Amino acid sequence: MNSVSTPSKLYSGNFTYISSSPFLYFLPPLMGLLILWQSDDVSLIVVLLDVNPFFWASSAASVGDSTSPHHPTAILSFSKLLNHVIPFLNSLLLLNQLNQVVLVATGVNSCSYIYDSGDSEGESAGSVPAVCSEILRRLEEFVDKDRLLGKGPDKVVAAGVSSLLSGSLSLALCYIQRVFRSKARHPQPRILCLQSSPDGPEQYVAVMNSIFSAQRSMVPIDSCVMGVQHSAFLQQASYITGGVYLKPQHLDGLFQYLSAVFATDLQSRSFLQLPKPAGVDFRASCFCHKKTIDMGYVCSVCLSIFCKHHKKCSTCGSEFSQAPSDPNATPDRKRKTSEV
Amino acid sequence: MAAITMAAKYKTTVKEPGIPGVLKMMDDVFAFTPNDPRSAMKLKVDFRNIKGHKFSKDGSKQALLNLTQDPEKGGGYIFEFNNFTDRNACRDFVGKVLGKFQALASKQNDQPVSEKSTVSVEQLSTTEMERRMKLLREDSELQKLHKELVFGNILTESEFWATRKNLLDDDYARISKQRTGFKSAMLADIRPSTDGRTNKVTFSLTPEIIHQIFSEKPAVHRAFLNFVPSKMTEKDFWTKYCRAEYLHRTNNSVAAAAEAAEDEELAVFLKHDDILAEEARRKIRRVDPTLDMEADLGDDYTHLPDHGILRDGSKETTDAENDIARRTLAQDVNRHASVVLEGRALDIELGDTRTVAEALARSKQESSADKSDENANLERQERVSRMTEIEDLQATHSLPYAELCIKDPREYFDSQQVNALKALGSTVAGSRTIDHSLNTEEAYVYLLNEISEVKLQGLHNPIVQSEAALKVLSGLTQQISSTRYNLGKNPQESVLDRLPKRTKDEIMLHWTSIQELLRHFWSSYPITTSYLYNKVLRLKSAMTDIYQKLKAIKDVQSDFRHQISLLIQPMLQALDAAFAHYDAEENKHSKKNGAKPNGFVQ
Ligand SMILES: [Zn+2]
Ligand SMILES: [Zn+2]
Repeated sequence: MNSVSTPSKLYSGNFTYISSSPFLYFLPPLMGLLILWQSDDVSLIVVLLDVNPFFWASSAASVGDSTSPHHPTAILSFSKLLNHVIPFLNSLLLLNQLNQVVLVATGVNSCSYIYDSGDSEGESAGSVPAVCSEILRRLEEFVDKDRLLGKGPDKVVAAGVSSLLSGSLSLALCYIQRVFRSKARHPQPRILCLQSSPDGPEQYVAVMNSIFSAQRSMVPIDSCVMGVQHSAFLQQASYITGGVYLKPQHLDGLFQYLSAVFATDLQSRSFLQLPKPAGVDFRASCFCHKKTIDMGYVCSVCLSIFCKHHKKCSTCGSEFSQAPSDPNATPDRKRKTSEV
Repeated sequence: MAAITMAAKYKTTVKEPGIPGVLKMMDDVFAFTPNDPRSAMKLKVDFRNIKGHKFSKDGSKQALLNLTQDPEKGGGYIFEFNNFTDRNACRDFVGKVLGKFQALASKQNDQPVSEKSTVSVEQLSTTEMERRMKLLREDSELQKLHKELVFGNILTESEFWATRKNLLDDDYARISKQRTGFKSAMLADIRPSTDGRTNKVTFSLTPEIIHQIFSEKPAVHRAFLNFVPSKMTEKDFWTKYCRAEYLHRTNNSVAAAAEAAEDEELAVFLKHDDILAEEARRKIRRVDPTLDMEADLGDDYTHLPDHGILRDGSKETTDAENDIARRTLAQDVNRHASVVLEGRALDIELGDTRTVAEALARSKQESSADKSDENANLERQERVSRMTEIEDLQATHSLPYAELCIKDPREYFDSQQVNALKALGSTVAGSRTIDHSLNTEEAYVYLLNEISEVKLQGLHNPIVQSEAALKVLSGLTQQISSTRYNLGKNPQESVLDRLPKRTKDEIMLHWTSIQELLRHFWSSYPITTSYLYNKVLRLKSAMTDIYQKLKAIKDVQSDFRHQISLLIQPMLQALDAAFAHYDAEENKHSKKNGAKPNGFVQ
């Protein structure tokens, strides 16, 4: 296998991948680590895992469905997802002894901490099987609890149920704030969103607030979108916070994406070229027709954008008392001074 | 424009004394009538004969205004005014009149009469011209643009500058708005000089010093207003003042007391300055109320032997026995500093002491009028309660606010998602394919089953098939190394820098020109006058030219063809939008005004 030579040009991190073996060969840091209490590349990674039963159940259903337009590799079952994610969490811990990993589940009714590598106690704690079984156990508990919290209708359309991204982002940020405040020297925090279900428009304000507070505390949000469609939320989140946004094409190689792109610590990112989206389109589109516009009306209270004048803002209900003068009927007064 | 009448002296050269008389300026002529009716120097000149005007600097010896007939030859009508205010009024008037004539002369003849007023607003004085030249010299890009657009007859000089008023204004503000403040040297530094032979002591007072005395010693200021000229002449007043200063200086308190008893006017200068004292009291009220200033006073050691400050070689002592004021050096320094910091509030020419004194009084009234004592007291109480406030015992300061009530945040999301997904290369419609109706219970059961399946079977080994891993890595490599990815990603590296310099310069020039032209184009709508109509025609033809040039650049075969077309495309689109707007407006108007030949006769 000579596949190693191609990628090594671009991914020269502190681990080597040998394609015939499933394991990462961890190069132990030099003696420096023993002397320094912490080095630059110690990371705190908060992973937000989308545990949306509707998405996972419906995608499983569509795999069997022959009319589905999606290639089978574009959809992953939840068990396969866990098969990629749990080894990834373990490999994060292996990358640096001092690395800390926190797993947060994003449900449809609640969010919860599932696993914290800093919490583990006892003899077998930290061993790969122990980590794995703890995660699975806590996940089961979480799904049970989340089910009991649901009071919605019995039947729902899968695409209509989104996970509480705002909630899990907030949990992650709170956790990071606690770390910031409790220790003078703390690991470099970052958030990784493993998102699959569609964005929840009703969470817009909460999600944007979380994103901005992540930006303020300089916490990058990495996004790995495994759903069918791109996530506008996470695209913004990664763009604003300087994280990586990626929508993997081949989900059967998810672990490869995770370890090649998202395992990189912040220190090493300055030396590496990581995939980034083509950029965020900041053009405005109107709230009334969702059309991209060059010129329009903006509500002075809530900043909603409209392509034509309304009497009342449909978003916040503010009333606009003054109708704009018809530019064709009366010559603008300002014109006289600016013309000459 | 109304007429303006001013007393002035007419002269043919700057040196001669001039003939006193009255200068009257009207819309198109100015006339000079000498005070002496026998004089033959009557003038009546048409402004059309005047080609320019010069004037002496504010604050120079004479307030001169020179209306020149021929800027090259020099000479012309020179007027000297009593002061600069008069001169400036006339200068500004002339500037406006000349500006109007200039604008009229440069205007095309085919413009209808009604347009005149809009076109001629701008006056072009020499200073204005110089300012523009200076801006152009300093900014080579602006100069290039100016050359291209103004010399290319696409925009007129005034149109070009109309959008850059802020540049001109800023510059102007910088030049003229700065006023000189008080000197930082103290009055005490102005020492009396003796000639050594007689007992005469000379103090020299300049208008500058007098202004400073008025500002620093309000009691002297008040005395001047009260005594001069009703009780004594100005000269006597200052003599007395200097006498008092002399007594101060000699530290002869006995002599001072004796003289003060005899001469009540002199006593005014020797007594404590009650205005200052009142002001000091007012200021003390503004000091942190928890500070005990009186306690501080007790810590004053200056009266003890070996303590205190030496002034003019002798130690300052404080004795409160008589009424005679003893100003300490610290007091003088503080007073002086506060006056200097306050700055010179007056905007009038120094010279006539009486005018200065009155103006100062007016400005003081204005500044003190807004604060009544009652308010000050209330304010003080408030401050005391605020300073002594114990935080934990207070309710939170809640500010009144109106809650922002967003009924439906979904709208923000939707308006953003459209663009976000477009940028990522997918559409909302195409991706909403999973529409399975699901039973909530079943969904949860499925998820739990999946988890227990992993529990039972353990993790797969290997995690990733090597084929899949290879596919992922080559996919990522390809994505990262593609040009589309690299373009514009590095803020330090501009796409422009990779282009040949000639092409880069060309594109940059076109870009700035387009920006300027489009700004003028869009600001011309709605077209309400035929002037605007002509302007838009001019702009459109200029934009068409650039459009062709851009297309030519784009079509040249080169290694950078792709990058260049990426740069040029948005420029072309912006122009296309303008052309489309032009055509739409044109159609609308031709429909409306049907029969009329060019549709814009008002
Ligand atoms: Zn609209
Ligand atoms: Zn609004």
